[in-house]
Amino acid sequence: MIGAVTGSTGVVVLVGAVFLACAVEMVEALTIVLAVGHTRGWRSAFEGTAVALVVLAALVAVFGPAMVRVPLSVLRLVVGGVLLIFGMQWLRKAILRSSGFKAMHDEDAIYRAKVAELESAGATQRDRIAFVMAFKGVFLEGLEVVITVLTLGTSAHRLGLASTVAAIAVVLVGIVGVVVAKQLSNVPENAMKMGVGVLLVSYGTFWTGEGLRVRWPGNDVMLVGFVVLYVAVTWTLVAYLKHERRTREVAA
Amino acid sequence: MTGERPRPLLWRLVRGFAMFWWDFLIGDTPELFIAALVTIGVVAALSHLWHLNGVAVIALPALATAALGLSVRRALRSERRPK
Repeated sequence: MIGAVTGSTGVVVLVGAVFLACAVEMVEALTIVLAVGHTRGWRSAFEGTAVALVVLAALVAVFGPAMVRVPLSVLRLVVGGVLLIFGMQWLRKAILRSSGFKAMHDEDAIYRAKVAELESAGATQRDRIAFVMAFKGVFLEGLEVVITVLTLGTSAHRLGLASTVAAIAVVLVGIVGVVVAKQLSNVPENAMKMGVGVLLVSYGTFWTGEGLRVRWPGNDVMLVGFVVLYVAVTWTLVAYLKHERRTREVAA
Repeated sequence: MTGERPRPLLWRLVRGFAMFWWDFLIGDTPELFIAALVTIGVVAALSHLWHLNGVAVIALPALATAALGLSVRRALRSERRPK
């Protein structure tokens, strides 16, 4: 009974982390593909996207089974360390944005900038620029998805589940993105980023400890404890930074 | 014409791969990378050398929290610095 509870806790956190991380990256990739498609035509945009997806799928096919063969304690230590760094980077950025110390990630502005860049470039017969931009956008954002799926999936021995959740997130955001077209700025990206940051740091802490053979009280249930802890830390830091910002504005 | 010969594809791929990991793990927050290494070192010492599992359980999230706080503080300081 206890094993089932601890196991399902890990699965819920895994699903949440993979889904949110993939959705955020998909929003960013979709912004670039939409900018390319609307400006230079959909053929090159789709070709660039398709080639990037094939390369990403090949990376998962090659590195997925290879990572499963790595000893679990080593894998969890490396993955835990990577997730700890990656999660803290996301969380730091989301905290600074939420408190107004860093500009929000504006998908509309990024879209406009990409359109201007594409319009200024001359057209060629097979529109290499559009292809490369769509490819790079999808590949680079997708690479982060691949790393998230491989690290979370293999460490939890649930690579199939992680891949399925990632695919669902990508398809869902894709459908929503196509339906709302240029309104991707309405997606609460910073709140999602903050959620992903909390989940990645929680998993990073948990697996770094597992890799170093730390015995967590309550096993997987400790993950929930970490989520609560990091939510509280994030909330405190945002509140402190907002106070600091108001103080500076009054002083100025 | 700059006279520079284009680099071989393999070199560009390896360089691109290295640059990706550099940006991914270090980027503009090297303090978080260093903090993660220090955290791993401290917790490994607590757990393996001194067998202090209880202290390691507290130290790991505490060090991660401190690293996040310090990194945010560093961002504030760089904002305050005149440009």
